[in-house]
Amino acid sequence: MTDIATYNFAYLDEQTKRMIRRAILKGIAIPGYQVPFASREMPMPYGWGTGGVQVTASIIGPDDVLKVIDQGADDTTNAVSIRAFFRKVANVAVTTDTATATIIQTRHRIPEHPLTAGQVLVFQVPIPEPLRFLEPRETETRKMHALEEYGLMHVKLYEDIARHGRIATTYAYPVKVEGRYVMDPSPTPKFDNPKMHRSPALQLFGAGREKRIYAVPPFTDVVSLDFEDHPFEVQAFDQPCALCGAGNVYLDEVILDDHGGHMFVCSDTDHCEKRRADSTSPSWGGRAEGAGGENGQSSLSSIPTPALRADPPHKGEGKEAE
Amino acid sequence: MTDEPLLRVSALSKFYGSRIGCENVTFDLWPGEVLAVVGESGSGKTTLLNCLSTRLLPSSGTASYRMRDGQWRELYRMSEAERRFLMRTDWGFVHQNPADGLRMTVSAGANVGERLMAVGDRHYGKIRATAVDWLSRVEIDEDRIDDEPRAFSGGMRQRLQIARNLVTGPRLVFMDEPTGGLDVSVQARLLDLLRGLVTDLGLAAIVVTHDLAVARLLSQRMMVMKDGRVVESGLTDRVLDDPRAPYTQLLVSSILQV
Repeated sequence: MTDIATYNFAYLDEQTKRMIRRAILKGIAIPGYQVPFASREMPMPYGWGTGGVQVTASIIGPDDVLKVIDQGADDTTNAVSIRAFFRKVANVAVTTDTATATIIQTRHRIPEHPLTAGQVLVFQVPIPEPLRFLEPRETETRKMHALEEYGLMHVKLYEDIARHGRIATTYAYPVKVEGRYVMDPSPTPKFDNPKMHRSPALQLFGAGREKRIYAVPPFTDVVSLDFEDHPFEVQAFDQPCALCGAGNVYLDEVILDDHGGHMFVCSDTDHCEKRRADSTSPSWGGRAEGAGGENGQSSLSSIPTPALRADPPHKGEGKEAE
Repeated sequence: MTDEPLLRVSALSKFYGSRIGCENVTFDLWPGEVLAVVGESGSGKTTLLNCLSTRLLPSSGTASYRMRDGQWRELYRMSEAERRFLMRTDWGFVHQNPADGLRMTVSAGANVGERLMAVGDRHYGKIRATAVDWLSRVEIDEDRIDDEPRAFSGGMRQRLQIARNLVTGPRLVFMDEPTGGLDVSVQARLLDLLRGLVTDLGLAAIVVTHDLAVARLLSQRMMVMKDGRVVESGLTDRVLDDPRAPYTQLLVSSILQV
């Protein structure tokens, strides 16, 4: 941390930060609208969060406490690297604790712990345009946003139902912000969509390669698109987290061995660890399950659980592969 | 039928630089009337059609359209949002190449349903039922509803495109060589279908074609274009049986007799 002087505070030069802040302010003023900005080269490859890092660098101050998560985890390569980056170039305090962080940069999850007013959630966005795969021409999609022509978005959902019998989109699920712009919430699981609705925290989205910034100000309506007869619903897990026993959270599948053993654990590592620390009788221990033929290639939205998990958590130790 | 026209076009011209696209075209179109625009390639037919359907803006001239509420609106003064709304509700555009008018990567059902969803229909069951109904009206089997148009033959694609355009009950349909590129038996069925639909729904249509037989079958009135100008216009039967302009005479006499 001695070499901070060799960089400008938070890596970006002040002019760049001003430019990005202007884009952010415009994004906040027009919720859900994609504001073009002059994305800079960052010391990391596109797709690793260059947009999120630029947004964070533009809003971070010496008093901020930064948390970085990657798919909910604080301890994955991307999260660790970005945290280390800001510790080096901005000398800010970092944390893994959701509640004490003032800025949370995230890749594809919203923390389980409810966010509060004053916190800023910065999303790393690979593809900001929700209409991209339906209409490849950017000139046309911008026009469609301008004229509020969003029928095409429902065509995608229609296709889902026609092919799968239900809306099969599980992540990057399109939302309508404040009744106006249709927005890609970045590839967060649709499980997190309801958390965006009227959230007290400011939500900023940065797409570095695509050079777009957009925002959802606090207490803004964020409504997931759906059909009247096929309403929006989030993934349901028919078992709690194998480590902390939390229900109603988003779970990751962890493969334990090459015999089909797997378990489902909280994707939000901070949430999981807190719960285990708080719990007087932590139920630790790998809960391997699903023997032999049944392997873990199940989609998270509908996990077939063969006769497991009918019982509540905290007593599963003995249930190794049957 | 009312005694007021649906579309009034006055002195419409489109220039590409110093070249003429179409010049000084004036006509009225009544509800339920099919107008054929014929002429050789390069005669300005498609330019005229694109101007009328507001896909192109003309260099001069006006076109007014009587909206559903009876109000006359000048097309080129409307905002783009209004024009596009008109385009997907009250109008239809059938392209010569179905790939231009269809979404080739989404199912037939979604292709038909897109316009419904675009005007705010949010009930999957109803959208699908309407799509099934329209597919049957254009003679596409119901079990093809979830297939992509890529898997369809040329004739089927064209029929699907027609269904997609007619699903919102438009009053005016533009067709650019609707039977181009199809073999004659498929053409005959398509023309039969089109004739039935136009009559049943009371559609007004402007059909651009170089095929005089198509014009004779579909249209009540016709305009013959040459070098961007209208050289002759009148009832289809009259123009084809008793052509007056030298160019029309040439055109009519050029039809291959089998």
